[in-house]
Amino acid sequence: MSEHEMTNEEIQEHIKVYLKVFAALLVLTGVTVGVAYVHLPIGPAVAVALIIASIKGSLVAAEFMHLKGEKKWVVYSLILTAFMFLVCLLVPVLGDSNYVETGWHNPLIVDQEAAAGGGHH
Amino acid sequence: MEEIPYTVEPRPDTGLYNGKFGIWMFLASEVMLFGALFSAYVLLRTGAQAWPPVIPGESYMTAMEILNVPLATLNTAVLILSSVTVVLAWANLKMGDFAKGKMYIWITIACSVGFMVIKTIEYSSKFAHGWGPSTNNFFGIYFTMTGLHGLHVVGGLVVWLYLVTVGSKMWETEPERYTNRIEVTGLYWHFVDLVWIFLFPTIYLL
Repeated sequence: MSEHEMTNEEIQEHIKVYLKVFAALLVLTGVTVGVAYVHLPIGPAVAVALIIASIKGSLVAAEFMHLKGEKKWVVYSLILTAFMFLVCLLVPVLGDSNYVETGWHNPLIVDQEAAAGGGHH
Repeated sequence: MEEIPYTVEPRPDTGLYNGKFGIWMFLASEVMLFGALFSAYVLLRTGAQAWPPVIPGESYMTAMEILNVPLATLNTAVLILSSVTVVLAWANLKMGDFAKGKMYIWITIACSVGFMVIKTIEYSSKFAHGWGPSTNNFFGIYFTMTGLHGLHVVGGLVVWLYLVTVGSKMWETEPERYTNRIEVTGLYWHFVDLVWIFLFPTIYLL
């Protein structure tokens, strides 16, 4: 973006876009908080929250970070990064995540188990 | 002493000035750092019997009841505003308006201080409850992720303070190089904003 000389008019156009993105980010923040207070079931709640966050993130990356129209080397390294990030996120799924020793036990469940166990005697 | 090349001119092979390519490489490594923590969060959460885990004597169902959502929402707005002022600073420097550019950097600095003040209020109320990183996995990952993010804000704040004070002398001799420094620091700053955009819903709202 900054590799070619921009005229003041072009920069003024950029500023207009920045202010629009600012407004969009504030509105989307309001939406994501509003949706949270509706208390959707966890599946849709995660989907909505991540979709809104992705839109906000894309706006920041494309406009504020000038990724829109950035040189190919930046884009290539980010594609690789995005792939590795996904691998990183999927580690819990790829591994066995059925049971994780947390060192903490829910006293309610422990009590139920104790009660059930006690019933056999 | 020989001058370092490509601080202003793009390198022929990458098409970018060195600082910009450098910051993108750094940000790629930062994605992996935060990525590992997000992964840890998913692992802890899917492995938990209840999220947030039950604390004896406390009654709550969701993270929203423990964490201060209005304050965190305000902090989101503060951080977004600080990102906007960064691009406005860069745009004004690009147009040769040093005074306005500096003013927007000062607003960015004010926003980052504001963010940290709000964060301190948030943390203090958790500590006042006797809740800390060792309380359970929820608070562990909450303090780790928001704490690391907060450190990034502080790191950016230090760089902004340098660039707006002693570092701004560069404007007189090499204005284009100075503008590039603002752009590169801005890229880091937007990344910190970006991390928060994902942290806020995942930890506070879900």
